[in-house]
Amino acid sequence: MNVIQIENLSKKYIIQHNGQQGYVALRDVIADNVKGLFKSPKNGNTTGSTKEEFWALSDVNFNVQQGDRLGIIGRNGAGKSTLLKVISRITDPTFGKISVKGRIASLLEVGTGFHPELTGRENIFLNGAILGMHRSEIRRKFDEIVEFSGVERFLDTPVKRYSSGMYVRLAFSVAAHLEPEILIIDEVLAVGDAEFQKRCLGKMEEVGKQGRTVLFVSHNLTAVEQLCNRCILMDAGKMSFGSYNIKEVINKYILSNSKNIKASVWTNDDNLFDNEWFNITKVALADVSAKSLAMPVRNDTDIFFQIEGNVLEENEKLSFCYYLYNDENTLIYQSASHDVNSHGQVKFKKGKRVIQTQIPKRFLNEGEYRIELGMILHGERHIIHSGNFPPTIYLQIEGGLSDSLKFLMRRSGILAPVLEWNNV
Amino acid sequence: MAEKNNDFDLIIEPGRIGKNYWNDIWKYRELFLFLAWRDILVRYKQTVIGLAWSVIRPVLTIVVFTVIFGKLGKIPSGGVPYAVLVCAALLPWQFFATAFSDASNSLIGNANMLTKIYFPRLLVPASTVIVNFVDFLISLCILIGLMFWYQYVPTWNILALPLFFSLAFLTAMGAGFYVAAVNVKYRDFKYIVPFVVQFGLYITPVGFTSAYFCQFFGETGKLIYYMNPMVGVIDGFRWAILGNNHQIFMPGLLISISVTFILLIFGLWYFRKMEKSFADVI
Repeated sequence: MNVIQIENLSKKYIIQHNGQQGYVALRDVIADNVKGLFKSPKNGNTTGSTKEEFWALSDVNFNVQQGDRLGIIGRNGAGKSTLLKVISRITDPTFGKISVKGRIASLLEVGTGFHPELTGRENIFLNGAILGMHRSEIRRKFDEIVEFSGVERFLDTPVKRYSSGMYVRLAFSVAAHLEPEILIIDEVLAVGDAEFQKRCLGKMEEVGKQGRTVLFVSHNLTAVEQLCNRCILMDAGKMSFGSYNIKEVINKYILSNSKNIKASVWTNDDNLFDNEWFNITKVALADVSAKSLAMPVRNDTDIFFQIEGNVLEENEKLSFCYYLYNDENTLIYQSASHDVNSHGQVKFKKGKRVIQTQIPKRFLNEGEYRIELGMILHGERHIIHSGNFPPTIYLQIEGGLSDSLKFLMRRSGILAPVLEWNNV
Repeated sequence: MAEKNNDFDLIIEPGRIGKNYWNDIWKYRELFLFLAWRDILVRYKQTVIGLAWSVIRPVLTIVVFTVIFGKLGKIPSGGVPYAVLVCAALLPWQFFATAFSDASNSLIGNANMLTKIYFPRLLVPASTVIVNFVDFLISLCILIGLMFWYQYVPTWNILALPLFFSLAFLTAMGAGFYVAAVNVKYRDFKYIVPFVVQFGLYITPVGFTSAYFCQFFGETGKLIYYMNPMVGVIDGFRWAILGNNHQIFMPGLLISISVTFILLIFGLWYFRKMEKSFADVI
């Protein structure tokens, strides 16, 4: 049974490009109109304000079944929060239609309407009413709420004296005791300490098990995977993929992320790092046939780190290097071209060049790596270095860690070299 | 696959917000009470002198007006203690003025709630008017005190007081709805509000009677004067409190009442029109 039916839903925002917010100053409106009186209509709009349409949601269609725990994931600005706002009736859609069956409670923020001057007790009642609870309902659950929050002792203290942790706990406790048929949650797990987050997750799981419908927006993919039984991926205001197979959706999201943000190619579109020795145009990871590599790659692939550009002036001291970091920002190693350059010998000849070095095969562990380029005049000056936003590319390794079938997963340790073992 | 519309409890469509509006206001009546309760609690918690504040302010104004208009200006009061005359007018005026300026800031002050939760937005300015009603009740004690002091016995006219208060209430609501909505769109409107309130005090017969003011103008001037709805309200208050010492000018009162209802309808219409975009603009 469908409890939410979304058809052709679109939402448009108008963005003004003169630094103004959505609201305007009456002063400016009057001034513009007065100016308009003295202006010939030919001149048109000279006040410098341009308007641009922005479709936060465009043509979204999906249904939510009774008892679905639907996770909504996507990049920032993909329209997740707008979608929740439209479903919660905070803002009007521009086109389309949503049909809802049952009582909705939306939790787009914990502690909405909390007033710092009021005591914990007063805020429980106020916040409960704001979230749509009846007074009798709040009274019935009052003790439970207080117990869950763990702030009994401070119940009659104004919440402005609370620590931020206590504040959040109290706020979430009220929300956790809502009993709507449909619960809409936006990113609330981003608050509180780890212990409390665990309790929140537990509470939300409970809600799901009671057969109620939950819509959950989060960047925390683990939480989505744990809580939801269905997931949709939003991209640029559209629903790009949806499935009951959560792993599949999450993988698609990770993949689309690594493709767009964490590229394995860097191109010098803005003509950065201007210098008299080497004009850099591209940094990339390539395979044996010099084609750029699609991530992720297996660990037993040949991976070449390539720098493309134009050597403007030959200099024996010109040297390239790269730094390889793992996802915890630990420098795994660095490598430099002058390591294998005897002094007084020009290595990089004038003209267009592709300079390359192989990244050790069967050496790194499964995971994501960041590679930063460096360029120096050896012993003289740093031209490209970690201080001036060097070209950065990403390497993602998955699989190919061992020939033994018993080691298919990420191996323990930072590195995962495959080494020779022999009888002597 | 698609089920029929009437199976659903709620349909969200562009412009649909209006359809169940009055139903929704009824559904959210508890929230309304809670909002008013919160505003009352906060008002009397935050100020050091709390309750006393809603007494001190009018008392000082009454003293000043009595001295300036009654003693120095020697404006006739129709045989009534001048302080009582001022007090009878000041109470409804003060109620209107503070309700009006509080309402103007109410939506912006609750911006956080507006962008995070749905409820009929009309509740926000309405609840600030309620808070000022409580203030009004407290300052009513001043009037009672003054009447004891001057041993002034009210007539049966006093029973009409709630009626005239309702008129003041509706005026504050209408003007409050309008100004609250305008303030969201034009943020510098808040600078105009205090000016309107101050200017209003001079053209509203608080420190003198409307009859005294109108004698300087002709018949038409008098009718125009009553287009300020608070003139009708204050006349009514004085008539109810001072009895036959104060005459009501019927055509003027009718004009004031009509203006109040026009203001209320216009305020509601404008508020409803703007309401859809509040969350996007604020």
